[in-house]
Order: sequence, then structure tokens, then C-alpha cells
Amino acid sequence: MDMKRDWTLPGLTVGFALIAVVGTLVLPDWLMALTVNSFSRALAVLGLMVLWRCGLVSFGHALYYGLGAYVVALLGKDWGISEVLITLPAAALLSGLVGFGIGFIMRRYREIFFAMLSLAFSMVMYGILVKTEALGSTDGFSIEQPSFMGWTPEDATEKLHTIFLMLCFICWAVAALVHRYLQSTLGNLTRAIRDNEIRVEYLGISAQHAVHIKYVMSAALAGLGGAMLAISLGQVDPDSMVNWPVSGELVFVTILSGPGSVVAPFIGSVLFELIRTYAFEWVPGAWQLIVGATLLVIIFFLPGGVWSLISRAIGKREDL
Amino acid sequence: MDFATAITILIDGLVFSSYLFLVSVGLTIIFGVMKILNVAHGSFYAWGAYTSAYLIGIWSNSGLPDAGTFLMIAVAALLVGVVLGLFLERCLIQFMYGRDEVIIVLATFATFLILEDLILVVFGVDPYFAYQPMMVLGSTQIGGIMRDVYSLTLIGLAAVVGLILWVGLTKTKWGRLLTAVIHDREISVAMGIDVTKVFILTFVLGAVLGALGGAYVAPTVSVAPGFGIDVIVLSFAVVVIGGMGSIPGAIIGALIVGIARAIAVHKLPEVELFVVYGVMVAVLVFRPEGLFAPAKARKI
Amino acid sequence: MTALLEARNLNKSFGAVNAAKDINISITDHEIVGIIGANGAGKTTFVNMVTGYMNPTSGQILFSGQDITGREPREITRLGICRSFQVAQVFMTATVFENLMIALGIAESKTLFDGLRRMRRPEVEQKAEAILNRYRISDYRDAIASTLPQGVRKLLDIAMAMVAEPKILLLDEPTSGISVEEKFELMDVVMGALKEEGVTVLFIEHDMEIVERYVSRVIAFYSGEIICDAPPAEALIDPKVKEFVIGEDPGHGEVTAENGHA
Repeated sequence: MDMKRDWTLPGLTVGFALIAVVGTLVLPDWLMALTVNSFSRALAVLGLMVLWRCGLVSFGHALYYGLGAYVVALLGKDWGISEVLITLPAAALLSGLVGFGIGFIMRRYREIFFAMLSLAFSMVMYGILVKTEALGSTDGFSIEQPSFMGWTPEDATEKLHTIFLMLCFICWAVAALVHRYLQSTLGNLTRAIRDNEIRVEYLGISAQHAVHIKYVMSAALAGLGGAMLAISLGQVDPDSMVNWPVSGELVFVTILSGPGSVVAPFIGSVLFELIRTYAFEWVPGAWQLIVGATLLVIIFFLPGGVWSLISRAIGKREDL
Repeated sequence: MDFATAITILIDGLVFSSYLFLVSVGLTIIFGVMKILNVAHGSFYAWGAYTSAYLIGIWSNSGLPDAGTFLMIAVAALLVGVVLGLFLERCLIQFMYGRDEVIIVLATFATFLILEDLILVVFGVDPYFAYQPMMVLGSTQIGGIMRDVYSLTLIGLAAVVGLILWVGLTKTKWGRLLTAVIHDREISVAMGIDVTKVFILTFVLGAVLGALGGAYVAPTVSVAPGFGIDVIVLSFAVVVIGGMGSIPGAIIGALIVGIARAIAVHKLPEVELFVVYGVMVAVLVFRPEGLFAPAKARKI
Repeated sequence: MTALLEARNLNKSFGAVNAAKDINISITDHEIVGIIGANGAGKTTFVNMVTGYMNPTSGQILFSGQDITGREPREITRLGICRSFQVAQVFMTATVFENLMIALGIAESKTLFDGLRRMRRPEVEQKAEAILNRYRISDYRDAIASTLPQGVRKLLDIAMAMVAEPKILLLDEPTSGISVEEKFELMDVVMGALKEEGVTVLFIEHDMEIVERYVSRVIAFYSGEIICDAPPAEALIDPKVKEFVIGEDPGHGEVTAENGHA
């Protein structure tokens, strides 16, 4: 493996540039909206993937996903700030900060305790939102029209295209950064933590600190993803952003994508959105069945997720 | 707080605790013996409820005396528990032994999703009402408030189930076998205990208990889609608070959560939705393994 | 002259069991010390206390005169005390080379910023290759750790402990689980490499032949107490050691040690 050249960065650059250009030229609006949804989610999945590499599954990242969304919404509602250059970083930063706080507790737990405790935290947040009339309770509320560096789009199509292009850039930058992080010593402390924490400690570094850093990262990324989703949907509500099925969905896409590469979450997320769209059309009422069956198939036959199929295909081509 | 409210909170809390104990004890037994956190437990519950409501409906429509509907509750619990439990263990769980706990959680989560949709296929989307057993027992007045007797019998049922499990685990040969497996799987194998058989029996037992919870609750609610979802999360909370795999833990966990929720409902409705998770977080922060978890061995 | 490692009145009890009773040990630079004793005599407990895995009930541990009692394992590692394990603690799903790279990466990450540097830097990779050669495990460079033969895994475990270039190394039964024929071969490689690095070594061992051959000093434990602290020639014929550690029939290592305890 280590002898081969790493094509991830050029791949990301060319890939996102192509998607941006081709997407703007040919994608119908509904497909573009679907891509925006997918990429927003993929940002959160990217963070979950880093945790998944440590063997950690969070069933509660909708907490940060929703937090990011509500930060954007509240900045507009209470302060009249709709500039994405402010709202997006604010969402990521605040989610990261909350993640930093909760991380002090989370970093002590592994396996199912980690999963269940994160679920509990997210459900507390859900409970608070549902009971808070000022935040629209279960209905949520709508978000101010976003402005992009002072410019506000005139109609829905213009807004969608702008968000799409901006998202392509953000995803490229974030994926490249995460990729670089994964190549660092700290970033490599993923499988090591999953395999043997005792050894990690006796090598002179705290496994808990390493998990904490990754947890904060994943929280910030989920917040960013949620913020993007909120901006593109134009509204926030607890059930589609904070409730536990949302966390389950994020976990599902993480497993579907596979931990192999930072590219995987984007492919997995688009795939997920496509399956969902067609499932609702062709076999309404069997959505959970499809998700469940897919998850089982991946666990048993494709532990590396969809990415492992792609990396195998690429591997073969290189052999030729 | 006046006396009447205190009584109300106490009774509400006890009823809810009993309900929680019933639905979570199966989960904790399966975890204790097999080290599997079974998300599909919510499916046992939902299938138990649907089957019970369905059977009660048939019994009642055929003109037989309504008192017999209690029999239908038991039949539903056994039927669902044995059939579904056996099917799942043989077709899925047995291939998961030895894999990461988290992977098993995901697999049972997948199973749960599948079984949720299959309920719609089998029973349709319309809600079921099976109030007959409640009508049979009527209602009574406690502390100035009318209560249906059926709900109160939940407390008795939980006590009986708890007692049977306690006697079964500590006084019978099979129970000691089970305790041995919980304690040390490898030594149990070395001693010639058929772990496969123990696992199957445990899983079915857990499934029957989960289904019994659903089957018994069915008459008090409208059995509708999405019935199993809240239950998993709730029973996880109970089991985690008490300590995974501990039956006394499940009792204490159920009591804490049940009473806490009753207090919240009557005194602090704003926190009702998340009081359970609040308690769970608080317990885990101070006692990471839950209140009654078995100790872990030295690693190096 | 201050001792490199010093234990002062170390006590450790687990409930009613005393795993360490008033342990006093002083180790100077470049010593090779063998710790012997029956199972349950408190040898691993001692190593665990020195390396911060558990805290003593009372007493002090000094490293170059500095009190390190109750410190975290990672701090103690950074100070220069490393250890190997009875059961090799390596990253089972990674290759031997990756194991060493992670170990080197951590050793070279003194700050958070260091930890963000690329792990695969040429100079680090060269170091990893050198370690592979020093411990004679280059043949297994790309083998996944879980597939390694017992002896190789032990070597990797020790090599990883040495990555941080400690001043003192504690080996917990380096030859346990290794066949009689391979024991000396393994120990030759280990002791050769350790001599090269000039590290002070403390190792727990059941096999008296190994002890006799490699150590300059023997410390014998019996039910949490030190019953003998002397050069091997003297220690191995000490009547107490013979009775409580070696048993009637010396040379059968672990089995007799257990008998001696019973």
C-alpha cells in the first residue's frame, strides 16, 4: 500500500471541479437539490467516519447536526445575520465548542456505551427543542434568506446554484483537510485506538485526548453539515434534524460509505439519497426495510462499504 | 406537594416502572449472557403488541367470554417470542458471535428496521384497539382518582416475572448454568456446557419477555406503526442506568426512571420528554458501568 | 549517586490480599535485573505500579530522584520508563511496519502540533527499518500483527517499547508462551539489541536458566515481599529462593514455580 502514490487529493480536486461545472450546466434543479442534501450530510458523515475508524459509533450526532442548523436559523431570527461567511463558521464553531464540552465525558466511553451515551445527549437536546415554544416547538421555524458575501440571490434557482457551488468548494476544502489530518500521527491514531488503547498509552500519548480531538472534529463537521442543510431547506425543525432517526441515518450512511477514504462519504451520501428517492417512488412504505436489508448486506458482505468496491476497481486498473 | 399528588405520583411511577422493567429485563438478560445489545428487542415488543391486539380481537368477535382474552395475551407473547426469537437467533445472531459489539448493534438495528416495515405488511397501517381485558377488570378509586385495574396489574405482573426470573436463575440447575456462562464463557465451554444451546434458550427467553411487554400493554393503548421505537430507547436507558446484564439493575433502573418520569409529568412537564435521558447521562457520568454492572477483570 | 529507579516502602493491597509489602528496591544505571517469583508473588504488580498502570496503596517511586508515584502511564513513558507485556500488546490489525511507524510517530510527537505532522516522513521510515533490522523482524515487515508467530510478536512488543528510547525498560516475562528451543534465540536477539541501546533492564522471568545467563542481579519475590536481592550465583542457591521460588527441582521454570507457591 505505502508504495503506491496517493491519488486522493488530485481526485478530490478534479472530482469536485467536474461536479461543480457539469452540475451547473446539466443538472436539473431537483437533482441539484438532492446533491446539496447529500453533500451537506456527507460533511457530517466525514466526521463520523473518523470516529468509525476508531471503532466508535455515535448514535447521537444529530445533536450537532441540529445544533448547526439552529445556530444558522437563530442568527438570522434574533440578530438578522444571514451572511453565510458568518453563519457557517459560527455553526461549526459552536457545534465544535459543545462537542468539546461533552467530549470530556464521551472520551471515557467506548463501544455501546459511547453509542448509547451520545444518543442520550442528543435526546436531551431534542426534548429541549420540542418543549421550547420560542423555537417553534415541533414545527420549528423558517430561516432568513441567506446572503453570500453581501449578495442575496433573487430567486430559488439562483439560490440553489449558489449554494451548490459554495458547497462543492466547502466539501473539497474540508475533505482535503480531513485527508491531510488522517495522514498525521494523530490522524493515524484511529485503528491504533480501536486495536489496543493500552499500547497507545504506553507509547506516551493519551487515547482519551486523541478521541476527544476526533470527537470535536466530528461535532464541528456535523454542525457545518447541518448548517448547510438548513440554509438550503430554508427552515429548521427538531424531527428532521435532531431526532434519533436522523442520527441513525448518519450512521447508516457512514457504514454504507465505508471508512476507506475521505471520498467515500460523498459517494455514499449521494447513493443513499438516490436510493431513498427511488424507493419512495417505487416501493412506498418499504423504506426502512430497504435500509435495514442494505445495512445487513454491508455488514456481512461488504465491511469496507461502497468505497471498498471502488478501491478494488481502482486497484485492478493500476495492476494492468 | 400534598398527599394526594404524592400518592398519584407514586402509583403512576410504579405502574410505569413495572412497564419499563417488563420491557427491559429481556434486553438485559440477552446482554448479560450473550454480550449482545439487541436493538431488535423493540420489534419483539411491537410484534407482541400487534399479535396480542389481533388475537384479542378474534377471540372477542367469536363471542367467547372476554375474560379469555388474557389467555390471548399469553399466547401472543409466547408465539412471537418463540417464533421470532428462534428465527432471529438461527438466521442472524448466531453468525455474529465474536464480532465487535458495535457491529452487532448495527446488525440488530438493521433487523429492527426490517421488522418494523414487515409489521405494516402483515397488520396494515390502521391502528388496533383491544380494550376488552381492561373492560373485564373495570376501575377502582385510589387517593380520590379513578384508575383502571388493568394498569395496576402491571405491577403484579412485573413482580411475578421478576420473582420467577430470580428463582429460576438462582435455584434451578439451568439458571446456574446461565450464571456460569455470564461469569466466564471460556470456562463454561471447557466445563462442557453447551453454550450454543444456552444462547438459543436465552435469546428466546429474552424475546418472550420483550413480546410479553408489548402484548400486555396492547390493551391500554392504540397499537399503531412506530410502536417499537420509543421502547428501545427507553429500555436501553433503563438497562444502562442499572448496569448492562444485571437483573437487579433492571429493577432499580426501571424504578428510578419510572418515578423520575412520574415526578416530571406531575411537577415539571417541561422536562418530561428528556428526564429519562437526563438520568441516564447523570448515572453514566458518575458510574460509567451503570449502577449494578458486574466488575471487569484485569487486562494486563 | 542517585539511583535510576528507586522504590521506597511500596505497599499494594487488593482487598485483603497484599500484593506488595514494604518493597524497597534501588536500581542503578546499566544494570540488568531479573525479577523472579511464583505466580501471584507480586512481580507484575510491581511493574504495573512503576509504570503507572496502578497506584501503590502507600510508598514512593522515584525515577532519577524525581517522585513519579501515581503518574499516568503516558507521562512515565515520556520520562523514560517503558515496558513490554506478558501478552504482547501490539496493534493487531496493522502490519509490523505500521506498528513501528505509529510508535515512532507518537514518540516524536511531543506537542499537539508535532502530532499533526505527516506520519510517513522519510527519516522516520528509515528509523523504522533500522528497528526492524535490530530486532531481526524485517522478514515480517508487511505481515499483519495478528498473524505473527508468538516470538515475533513478542519482539515487536519489545521493539515498540524501545521506540521512545527509554532509560529503563521493564520486560514482563519476555519468554512466556515461547517454546524451550526458541527461548534463548529470542533472548539473544533482545538482550543484544538492548545492550546496543545501553538501556537499564528489569525483567520478570520464570526460567532460571535464562535468569542465570543474562542478569547481573536477581530480586526474588514471595507473596508480595522481597526475599532475596543478590547476584545470580548467590541468589539461585539461597535456601529461601530454592524453597519458595525454584522449588525442589530447579530448571522446570513455570510449573515448579507454581508448585513452590502451593
